[in-house]
Amino acid sequence: MYAFDFEKPTTVEAAVAALSDEDAQALSGGQTLIPTLKQRLAMPSKLVSLASIPELQGVCRNDAGQVCVGAATTHAAVASEVATAYPALAALAGNIGDPAVRNRGTIGGSVANNDPSACYPAAVLASGATLITNTREIPADTFFDGMFTTILDEGEILTEIRFPVPQAADYQKFVQPASRFALVGVFVANFAEGARVAVTGASNDGVFRWTEAEEALSANFSPDAINGLTVDAGDMIGDLHGTPEYRAHLVGVMTKRAVAAAS
Amino acid sequence: MAQVRMTINGQEIEAEVEPNRLLVELLREDLKLTGTHVGCDTSQCGACVVHVNGLAVKACTMLAIEAGGAEITTIEGIAAPDGTLSRVQQAFQDHHGLQCGFCTPGMVMTATKLLEQIPRPTEAEIRHHLEGNICRCTGYHNIVKAILAASGQDVSQLSAA
Repeated sequence: MYAFDFEKPTTVEAAVAALSDEDAQALSGGQTLIPTLKQRLAMPSKLVSLASIPELQGVCRNDAGQVCVGAATTHAAVASEVATAYPALAALAGNIGDPAVRNRGTIGGSVANNDPSACYPAAVLASGATLITNTREIPADTFFDGMFTTILDEGEILTEIRFPVPQAADYQKFVQPASRFALVGVFVANFAEGARVAVTGASNDGVFRWTEAEEALSANFSPDAINGLTVDAGDMIGDLHGTPEYRAHLVGVMTKRAVAAAS
Repeated sequence: MAQVRMTINGQEIEAEVEPNRLLVELLREDLKLTGTHVGCDTSQCGACVVHVNGLAVKACTMLAIEAGGAEITTIEGIAAPDGTLSRVQQAFQDHHGLQCGFCTPGMVMTATKLLEQIPRPTEAEIRHHLEGNICRCTGYHNIVKAILAASGQDVSQLSAA
């Protein structure tokens, strides 16, 4: 690792101030950032730890019935604390990485990083969640902006994610066994207004909504509704773990499994 | 350099660390607690698992400076002060849950936390919980068996590896 300075503020305001330095970088659980630093793929002047800011921690239910998760809440905490309120989200969190990674990695870190194979972006997008920052509220549909990119500004801090709770939902991940990231992951959420389907791991543009499947499932929420639907392999990731055609096929398979398992 | 204080295996320590010092480097190189191993240094293998404030974490993927004020337990703190092995350690010995032994510290630290959370885990729960701990010798069979035995479950029907 290159050398850097370190700050551990206790309020969001102090963290924003600390991040105003040139090349300062927010550090949440560090489960992606620290390996990146070790490989010298990043050279921040300063790391600003978000781990000691109480308002970024924990889970609650607001008056609108949404499940509100503080951005610095670990995967392990989400897995246990939303198990009753939003079981599909809890199950997703409980299958990220491994137990030690889940004890450090955070929902805000994962979502802000927007790894194209990460699990959380699929839940955020399929749920139609709202992302709260220190300056604004952002709908999930506009937040993700391509592989490893979001519309967050420099120094803007994600503070909370608010999830509307669907009538039925499920996340199915086809695990890439070496990394335990999603080779393809599909989150299906069925609301009174219709179904939403978000796909991670598959596209060169990162997480996306599969609108044809949403229309079919909104009319008939059953695995059969997916029969005959395909996604274009031209936009899919191809690497040594799977070709674009393989990933495109898996999108349909995982969507059906998620619909079948949704509760 | 920054001053950090933490409690490691019940002992308060104070150390000077650069912000880019990893927790595992502080443990192994500065404090000579070499029971915590570095297998991959890329967060995959789990040989470096220690307990930080009661949670299993990979010491190669946490900065030492982040552990300021924390309570840390390493493999050196698992046996009783008189050397009596913990039930997990004893089960690994009884059921030959290791061959070269390099991954064993991380396995024991992860398994110890598993049994706190789930006192009588199923084989499937044990295997799920060990996903972040890689062993290149045993094929995991005797590790799973040792953890089942440590939880007080009968392993006499399981075949030998």
